[in-house]
Amino acid sequence: MSTVAVEVVYRGIFQKTLARNIVRSIVFAARKEGKYGTAFGRYGDSPERNGIPAKQFAIVADDPEELEENLAVYEAQEVDVTINVDDTMCKGIESWAWYGLQPINALTKTGGTLIVTSRQDADALIEDIHQKDQPYNLSIMTSIPSFSGLWVYKDDHTDVRILGALAKVCPQLVSLESMVEAIQDQGWDDLKVRSAERSYDRTTSRPVEPGEGNQEEPFSFDLPGWTTMEEGIVIRGIEQGGGFRGGEEGYQPVRNSVFKKYSTRSMRPIVNFDTCIKCTLCWLQCPDTCFDVTPDGLYDANLESCCGCGVCEAVCPVADCVTMINEAEFNDNDSQYEMWQKDKDDYTQWMTSLIEKQKQVDRTHGFHHVGGYAEEIAEVAED
Amino acid sequence: MTTVEEQLFMTEKEELISGSEAVAIACALADVDVITAYPIRPYDTVMQYVSQLKANGAFDCDFIVAESEHSQFEIVKHASSVGARTFCGSSGVGWFYAFEAIAVTAGLRLPVVAMVGNRALDDPGAFGVEHNDALAVRDLGWMLYWVATAQEALDMALMAWRIAEDPRAFLPMALSCDGSFLTHSQAIVNVPTQEQVNKFLPGYERGQLQLHPDNPITVAPQVNEDWLMEIRRQSNEAMSRTPGVIKEVYEEFKQVFGRGDPSPFLEEYMMDDDPDIVLMGMGTLALPVRVAIRRMREQGKKVGFVRLKFFRPFATEEVQEALGGAKAVAVIDRDYSFGSPSSGGVLFNEVRAALYPLDNRPHVVNFIAGLGGREVRVRDVEDMVDITQKAIDTGKVELECNWIGVRE
Repeated sequence: MSTVAVEVVYRGIFQKTLARNIVRSIVFAARKEGKYGTAFGRYGDSPERNGIPAKQFAIVADDPEELEENLAVYEAQEVDVTINVDDTMCKGIESWAWYGLQPINALTKTGGTLIVTSRQDADALIEDIHQKDQPYNLSIMTSIPSFSGLWVYKDDHTDVRILGALAKVCPQLVSLESMVEAIQDQGWDDLKVRSAERSYDRTTSRPVEPGEGNQEEPFSFDLPGWTTMEEGIVIRGIEQGGGFRGGEEGYQPVRNSVFKKYSTRSMRPIVNFDTCIKCTLCWLQCPDTCFDVTPDGLYDANLESCCGCGVCEAVCPVADCVTMINEAEFNDNDSQYEMWQKDKDDYTQWMTSLIEKQKQVDRTHGFHHVGGYAEEIAEVAED
Repeated sequence: MTTVEEQLFMTEKEELISGSEAVAIACALADVDVITAYPIRPYDTVMQYVSQLKANGAFDCDFIVAESEHSQFEIVKHASSVGARTFCGSSGVGWFYAFEAIAVTAGLRLPVVAMVGNRALDDPGAFGVEHNDALAVRDLGWMLYWVATAQEALDMALMAWRIAEDPRAFLPMALSCDGSFLTHSQAIVNVPTQEQVNKFLPGYERGQLQLHPDNPITVAPQVNEDWLMEIRRQSNEAMSRTPGVIKEVYEEFKQVFGRGDPSPFLEEYMMDDDPDIVLMGMGTLALPVRVAIRRMREQGKKVGFVRLKFFRPFATEEVQEALGGAKAVAVIDRDYSFGSPSSGGVLFNEVRAALYPLDNRPHVVNFIAGLGGREVRVRDVEDMVDITQKAIDTGKVELECNWIGVRE
């Protein structure tokens, strides 16, 4: 008796079709080997929200009864392979439904594999990924995250490359031959088959030891019971807030202590405090009230409540004053204003280098996803 | 000519009014803040009278003619959340059109009071009474009361706000009034004074749940499977508290106004000698049933009648006590439930379920009658009793659900 479970962690809407292609192909491929499988989305993530972390699963078993045993639990408790199709989610995920932060490898079983699409190296990723008490493997598929829209799918071969990598790291699931057959059966062209095979050949993985990784305790909270919840589906408002960092001047709202949205973010704003003209637009337009007003009238993004929508960048009238930067560049949610205050030259240098890098990379971002398809596909083509 | 004193309810008086007018007068006496209207027969008669009372200066309220039933119920739902006493209503498919708002009103624990002028669920344009419209909300957290007389309409409307707005309940309540038989038939009604009503009915205080700038709250954020079951559990608890609230309010009403039955849940007729056969039904069909019972009693038949007043909350224990001693119970449904157990009516299956835990269960026979406003005649009731007697005589119920007064 053997059952293999795979989860695909993806960004809602932007990667929905990608995740679906992967889990469905797994089941098709397993069928080629006479196995039984099912592919499903986590219902709590539906209807999906733009960019919100969501999950789809593929479960494959030797016979229908064994499959049913595994389907009797609503959601897999552990998986053989976790596939993360956007490396910024290595910092942990929170769906839109108030769960607290779940480490990306929470369901990855002992000895299982975490596959991440990324252009970072293993050390940089492990810095973000929460440590586990058991060993597992990390496999990196070199790629930029493949983002699409609700109605369009960017066929940049990420789906088949993942499938090739999966056949390599989890041979007990399906063979590469079956995977190829499944790809062909779906009417996909030979170029996609070649991408899968090439990915299979190139995929390697690296063991991650117990205790290795991000040491932070992911934030969590106890859900209230029916006797402790307020009646009438009422959520009490929180205090209004006060001066910046508890002082007399500036303003800082009190924020919900259990509902944080930063795992939604694949980019974050970085602020140039020297060129800011204090026009208030970022503060006013931010849908998550994430800007704190400093005593000197500047605006500091609170990065625990920033969902990365990019509205601040869009409304800022000053060039490069608020710039959205790839979330992968950061390892904490520290205050930029405090960094700037500590050492203005250092901050400026750091900020400038990030902005320059961002301009070269041009990482497409779901919220302002414009153009770039052709360039991106060219970049990942491995011929 | 109405005097100012009469107009402002300064003196007690008798009026010849319909059930709809009685509810309208209750709206004025209860000083309702927000009333929303949209026309559909037969409930719309209540709005006719409400607007008249407002125009005549009997009371003041925001009287909003909405562009649909859906908006009607959305408006009172929101008004209730900010602490306004509300009244609304509809009939038949109009009530169904408002269903999205109606369902949520109960979930949000908003004490909206509505009148349902019971009407067939159309097609083809039928507007006679059937109870299926109001019954559709039976599982959602609405209290449901079936009115039999115009006097009861006025009295229970006044109690409705008091019960619904009790913080232990905070649940909406619908007064079901049979189309035509109640909404359009006039009877002598004792109209209390404003002073009496003020003594009985305090203002609506939503307390910590009131949506107000000084009490910043979010009402109904989107939740998922991790939260919803707890919310349903709370609503269940609130509904299970309502019988206690109803009893208290009913006793107080009797003290202030000097009228009322022994029980708020049941009206019992000729039940003192533990009759063999007990008829059970809701609403205005009580009238022909009582007349039929008097005739049958003259013939020596031991027959009684229990009118169920509150369908929700369903008074399980009271029903068990009232019916448990009978040899057979005949449940009359002015509704249908196609494909239900025994293809019976809604009330029938509820009553039968309530009696199931008893050691000695009476036979339960169902009669579907009076659909679409068809008359339930005295001799129809006599037929029902004959069929039920046969179950007692033979020891078994031959046909559990019998359609009465239908052309073959």
